[in-house]
Amino acid sequence: MSFLAGTRIGGRLRLLKRRLRPVTKELGLTFYVIRKSKLAVFGAVIVGIFIFLALFGGHLAPYDPNDVEIGDRFLSPSSEHPFGTDKMGRDVLSRLMSGAKYSVRAGLVVLAISLPVGVILGGIAGMYGGWIDELIMRITDVFLAFPSLILAMAFSAALGPSLFNAMLALAVVWWPYYTRLIRGQALSVRESNYVEAARSRGASRWYIMVRHILPNCFSPVLVTLTLDMGLIVIATAGLSFLGFGAQPPQAEWGRMVSDGRIYLMRAWWVTVFPGLAIALTVLGFNLLGDGIRDALDPKLRRLTEVKWKAKSASSSSTSS
Amino acid sequence: MEGKERLLVVDKLVTQFFTYGGVVEALDEVSFELFDGEILGLVGESGCGKSVTAASIMQLVHKPGRVISGRIELKGDDLLQKTAREMGSIRGSRISVIFQDPTSSLNPLFRVGYQVAEPYVYHRDMKKKEAVGRAVDILKETGLPDAVKKARNYPHELSGGMRQRAMIAMALTCQPELLIADEPTTNLDVTIERQILDLVKDLQKEFGTSVLWITHDMAVVAQICDRVCVMYAGNVVEKTDVWTLFAEPSHPYTVQLLRAIPSEAQTVDELEEIPGSVPRLINPPTGCRFHPRCSERMDICDQVKPLEMEIKPGHSVACHLFSDRGGD
Repeated sequence: MSFLAGTRIGGRLRLLKRRLRPVTKELGLTFYVIRKSKLAVFGAVIVGIFIFLALFGGHLAPYDPNDVEIGDRFLSPSSEHPFGTDKMGRDVLSRLMSGAKYSVRAGLVVLAISLPVGVILGGIAGMYGGWIDELIMRITDVFLAFPSLILAMAFSAALGPSLFNAMLALAVVWWPYYTRLIRGQALSVRESNYVEAARSRGASRWYIMVRHILPNCFSPVLVTLTLDMGLIVIATAGLSFLGFGAQPPQAEWGRMVSDGRIYLMRAWWVTVFPGLAIALTVLGFNLLGDGIRDALDPKLRRLTEVKWKAKSASSSSTSS
Repeated sequence: MEGKERLLVVDKLVTQFFTYGGVVEALDEVSFELFDGEILGLVGESGCGKSVTAASIMQLVHKPGRVISGRIELKGDDLLQKTAREMGSIRGSRISVIFQDPTSSLNPLFRVGYQVAEPYVYHRDMKKKEAVGRAVDILKETGLPDAVKKARNYPHELSGGMRQRAMIAMALTCQPELLIADEPTTNLDVTIERQILDLVKDLQKEFGTSVLWITHDMAVVAQICDRVCVMYAGNVVEKTDVWTLFAEPSHPYTVQLLRAIPSEAQTVDELEEIPGSVPRLINPPTGCRFHPRCSERMDICDQVKPLEMEIKPGHSVACHLFSDRGGD
């Protein structure tokens, strides 16, 4: 940007850079904390691969995932078919690559439904209290009383087996967790002095909710979201495995495990590779979630900041 | 005081808290008035009902508390008759508060300038940018050094004194008629306290705001207040101007409170205290609420609640010692 130095745009840019310095500093520190933990980096890499596959996997797959070649059934892993073929002669690797998108879609749909519901209901419950709080929380208790996967099975059975219905069913069992999380956060923030101060300045309940309470929910929600992506991947796979979710010939991972399981003795690769993919993805999201939690933990953050400063100070002194 | 208009009239205010342990009679017929342009000190030990009085005026008494009866008039408007929405538009524009702890009273997530500007956004319908501009002007007014830059900082980047200046700026944004200061200098060291006191005095003159200053610190009272209202266990026991308070305190509680101020000549062993502590108000003492701790106790004190008597113009006391002097 040296060619802009001295010009008006250059000045503006410098000003912008200076104003953003606290933000970039904190972001830099966040990334540093995540980077410090090898496991978190590992998790981030897996999540990155997973999302990449979800976006482009279908196009990059060496074969059409639904291309049936009955003659090539149960070919063991080879250079031609690295993960072998299944009972219809379809390439397992191609199916794995194109199947990532179903898991991502499931995670996004479930979170996109359950998070807003949780934010709205939990926010209202925490903000208003009294009988409204009682009512909302007792309803969530009803949902939480059932094991979530069994309740989701009941819902998806009632809606009829399809991947989309399985997502809806998962969203139905997922929102109570967010409602609880947000309510708890709202309750603690509501008692804080700055909310009292805002009230004394005449701020309305709505204003307090949007400006004071919800921003304070951000970091726990972010951590929970990341951890939940993993859980939803496994729940979707579970529902599909049981026959409630994806229907053939959709190359959903759970469905692939389910389809291959009766041939486990004859062709282990049909089951093992999708199973590994599920396990790795869940692991990745969990590790990343833990990393983010550590990065957002103020205590750990300040501890690491000291090291970070020492490191950047020494690196800048050696470079100059 | 006669010529001045009465800005705030609190008349026989009763506030109670309905707890599981019983009804706490936090305020028992509290009456006082605040004249235009004056600083009235509300003094008493912790638990005397000073902050509950402030909360009652703001209509921000939390559950399980409730204002039971009484009248609170701000320039003739009865605040207890207002709807929640009307109160919302009064808070922050006609009455505002400075809290004790500026650190926790600022939201850590937002820039100071924006928080100071907030009242403009919802009371004056200003756009954010304009409001922040005005907020910077007010911050300058409060003597915040480098206000433009500080407005862009987050609360944790300011010192305690700066934060309290920001809180004062926030309270003054809409030029309120009444400013309630709830022990605003308690958490500050004495030099900053002095600066803040001077600042509030100056701003009070400049903006023509009346101030209700809540404190337990007699030194602060002496420095800043025009008149003083001494509270004990939910009652107003003495009301007078600040000179009379220190020259001829009349209620035994006031006398003992003033005697408890340490002087330079005293050693630690000689410090005077009022024996006992503020009673729990679930079962307040009968008669005069101060009688168990009073050095001048008479037979009548635990039987009959003393009425407020004007023993001199502008000086009233609620104590049986003066019952014969004042007359009804």
